[in-house]
Amino acid sequence: MFDYNFHWRPVMKSLPDLIDAALLTLQVAVLSMAIGIIIGLCLALIRLHMKGPLYWFATSWVEVARNTPALFQLFFFGFGLGAFGLHLSPYLIVLAGLTFNCAGYLAENFRGGFQAIPETQIRASRSLGMTAWQAYTRVVIPQVFRIVYHPVTNQMVWAVLMSSLGMLVGFRELSGETQFFASRTFRIFEYFAVTAVIYYVIVKIILGASRLMAARLFRY
Amino acid sequence: MEPTLTFFSGFGVNDLWFLGEAALRTMWISVLSISLGTVIGVLFGWLLYEGKLTAALTVAPVLDVFRSVPLIIQLVLFYNFAPIVGLNLDAFASGVVILTIYTAALVANVARGGIEAVDTSMRRAARSLGMTYWQDLRHVVLPIGGRAVFPAWVGVALGVMKDSALVSVLGYVELLKASQILITRTQEPFLILSVAGAFYFALSYPISRYAASLEKRWAQ
Repeated sequence: MFDYNFHWRPVMKSLPDLIDAALLTLQVAVLSMAIGIIIGLCLALIRLHMKGPLYWFATSWVEVARNTPALFQLFFFGFGLGAFGLHLSPYLIVLAGLTFNCAGYLAENFRGGFQAIPETQIRASRSLGMTAWQAYTRVVIPQVFRIVYHPVTNQMVWAVLMSSLGMLVGFRELSGETQFFASRTFRIFEYFAVTAVIYYVIVKIILGASRLMAARLFRY
Repeated sequence: MEPTLTFFSGFGVNDLWFLGEAALRTMWISVLSISLGTVIGVLFGWLLYEGKLTAALTVAPVLDVFRSVPLIIQLVLFYNFAPIVGLNLDAFASGVVILTIYTAALVANVARGGIEAVDTSMRRAARSLGMTYWQDLRHVVLPIGGRAVFPAWVGVALGVMKDSALVSVLGYVELLKASQILITRTQEPFLILSVAGAFYFALSYPISRYAASLEKRWAQ
């Protein structure tokens, strides 16, 4: 029954390459989150305060991002845009797909965060002589930050996990690199087992770091 | 010169049938794994709640692995691991197994949250009215805790439905795989991806709206 010989040596030999690929995974995830947070913030504010075409644009972005598979979104940026002669590189496909997805999910988180702040607080700070900008940056944003901190760290983890879809559009991040090596050596199980461990470690590092940061940021 | 032979044919009505059938397969694999995974997940959630230290040391880390490794890696890993231990599973069976465990890992946390949402004093009252432990679970914890976490469960279920697109990696022809097959034949990626995306949207959007409205009604 158990006559399979595990060969770990080729995996260990290409481990440095896998680590490099893991850094690429992390890079694309962090970048997509950074852009996603900015866009998500804009989408949330648009959905809260505006009407008309802008509102519908933001709403359809959020709903499409949340109600279709991430893989579909990636394919759309990869192949769908090709119909218009727009050919992105694998790196850009993954970055655009992840950013689109993250922005949609984050927008909903931010919207929930903004809605949790009673409007009376803004009026109170305005009547204390603050400008609208001051009221937002000194009263609203610090509280919203606290509310959305954990959802945003979760989204960061999702971004790392989702970047593994890059494998299917030919992007050589951790999963793509693993598949490349696996199909060259036929040691599919061994390679993907090691990759699973690397992903697990990355996720644990992100969660640990966010917990440490939270302990420092939210001391009182 | 007129081309005498065409390799590509346009998108026709019977292709819509092909996509529809594939959408049914997506629904079938999702419904199967979500229902199985929910049952197992609730069981795990109960274990996590009752088992305290023992469960925290045994079940929790295992479930954590399934939440921290990308689904696509899990699928490839299991698909290549099953033959090693002598199991002969096709793409569908492997997909169901992994999606079920993945759902269970996510639902376990939701279920534990649901049990924790019920006040201890309420459960004590139920017990002091003469209810047995199981009656207490069935008639007090299930209706109250279930209501508290139902929206979260819908979120998990919809997430798994969307993630079922990844089973295409193993060769199971669900919606996204079917759309790729059609793209190869018709060379019309934009149109076909839009149709496939619309299918997913039509499956996911009404359910998420319904869950949101239920949440709002129950919050009152």
